[in-house]
Amino acid sequence: MSLAIRVIPCLDVDGGRVVKGVNFENLRDAGDPVELAHRYNSAGADELTFLDVTASTAERETTYDVVTKTASEVFIPLTVGGGVRSEDDVDRLLKVGADKASINTAAVARPAAINEIVARFGNQVLVLSLDARRSEQTPSGFEVTTHGGRRGTGIDALDWCREASERGVGEILLNSIDADGTKEGFDTEMIAAVRAVTRVPLIASGGAGKPEHFPPAIDAGADAVLAASMFHFGPVDMIARVKEAIRAAGHPVR
Amino acid sequence: MSAASGSKPTVAVLDYGSGNVHSAVRAIERAGAEVELTSDTETILNADGLVVPGVGAFAAVMEALKANDAPRWIGRRIAGGRPVLGICVGHQILFERGVEHGIAADGMGEWPGEVTALPENVTVPHMGWNTVRAPQDSVLFQGLHDERFYFVHSYAVQSWDFDQTIDSMAAPKVTWAHHGADFIAAVENGPLSATQFHPEKSGDAGMQLLRNWITSL
Repeated sequence: MSLAIRVIPCLDVDGGRVVKGVNFENLRDAGDPVELAHRYNSAGADELTFLDVTASTAERETTYDVVTKTASEVFIPLTVGGGVRSEDDVDRLLKVGADKASINTAAVARPAAINEIVARFGNQVLVLSLDARRSEQTPSGFEVTTHGGRRGTGIDALDWCREASERGVGEILLNSIDADGTKEGFDTEMIAAVRAVTRVPLIASGGAGKPEHFPPAIDAGADAVLAASMFHFGPVDMIARVKEAIRAAGHPVR
Repeated sequence: MSAASGSKPTVAVLDYGSGNVHSAVRAIERAGAEVELTSDTETILNADGLVVPGVGAFAAVMEALKANDAPRWIGRRIAGGRPVLGICVGHQILFERGVEHGIAADGMGEWPGEVTALPENVTVPHMGWNTVRAPQDSVLFQGLHDERFYFVHSYAVQSWDFDQTIDSMAAPKVTWAHHGADFIAAVENGPLSATQFHPEKSGDAGMQLLRNWITSL
């Protein structure tokens, strides 16, 4: 036996509500993240990720409240991202009940933030969230973007993964901007390229449209897979279907 | 907050500034105990059970515990046969020493063994749900077969050299897991128990393990 491949639903939270909406029947409040977290937990999710897309400080407080409520009732790991810039932000998230924090743009802007956060809370606490796209501007052909893929940085995505790993991130969440939203499958070449340059666990994201899309991402080197709309809009047993596809391909699942 | 409200066992979760203990407190409550997050000596000594959480680096956790005089209270509970449960780095510091980034730090030395880096041929941190091999007579894993538990760590105790020549002493029950190499996932040794994984993050299986521990208090 070995470590199970983790299946992670991602919830975009804005002012205490799930933004992208969901398709589950019989949900009292389709946009309530706490209720959705419960639902995904019961359906076999191995972890949960909240992405706080809130812009204002006041609304961020509401997100903290959502994290606290979820952590009080759902006993699987909870990662929260969005707006994380410093140790103090991570401290705040841990205090309200998050197990891990993910950092994205702020780490690109100031890589030393990674060292500061892991020195205080340990490697396991920090997930590097990386929005990467194919580009002719970098040697590897993969480029780091910010602002949800709208801005290129000119930074080589593989160099960035190497550097972030050396600085101490505990995981890398690799989101393919090109594949994101296409529902045509993960960017397996990008996953394999990143896998080759780091030892830290790798979470693949972007492009999932059906259960059959998941095994190739794992074959390419992903330790975990993350998706949002596929779970929100799919049938209630979509997590089980995804796990069955992964198991059928010969990979362990919980 | 504790004792007075009825027949539930009381559990003190040691508060010494170690990361997110929120979920440990909630999970132990859910599993059926009266829980207090505390650094108060009397509460630590009087509770039916003491939980020692821990995240981050071995040396840092050990320093923080010492700053709160915690090794003394933990030692006093063990000497008195009062249950203690260490979790994650709270499990690691019960061994003789930890070696992280080539720097050795002394642990509490309740058990022989060193906490060392996991092998180089696997992903590190070891993060996620893994299986364990528990002995048949385990109390913690009673009723838990083929279940997975949530691990997150880069270091582990990879050998067990307990001197079992002393007849009067019951042999500790050791549970193993594998990531690149075999390592110790849990130990049950009289009043002292510890898990390398996080039962409070291990869903229903973790909840059952905590219930098993609380029932034994």
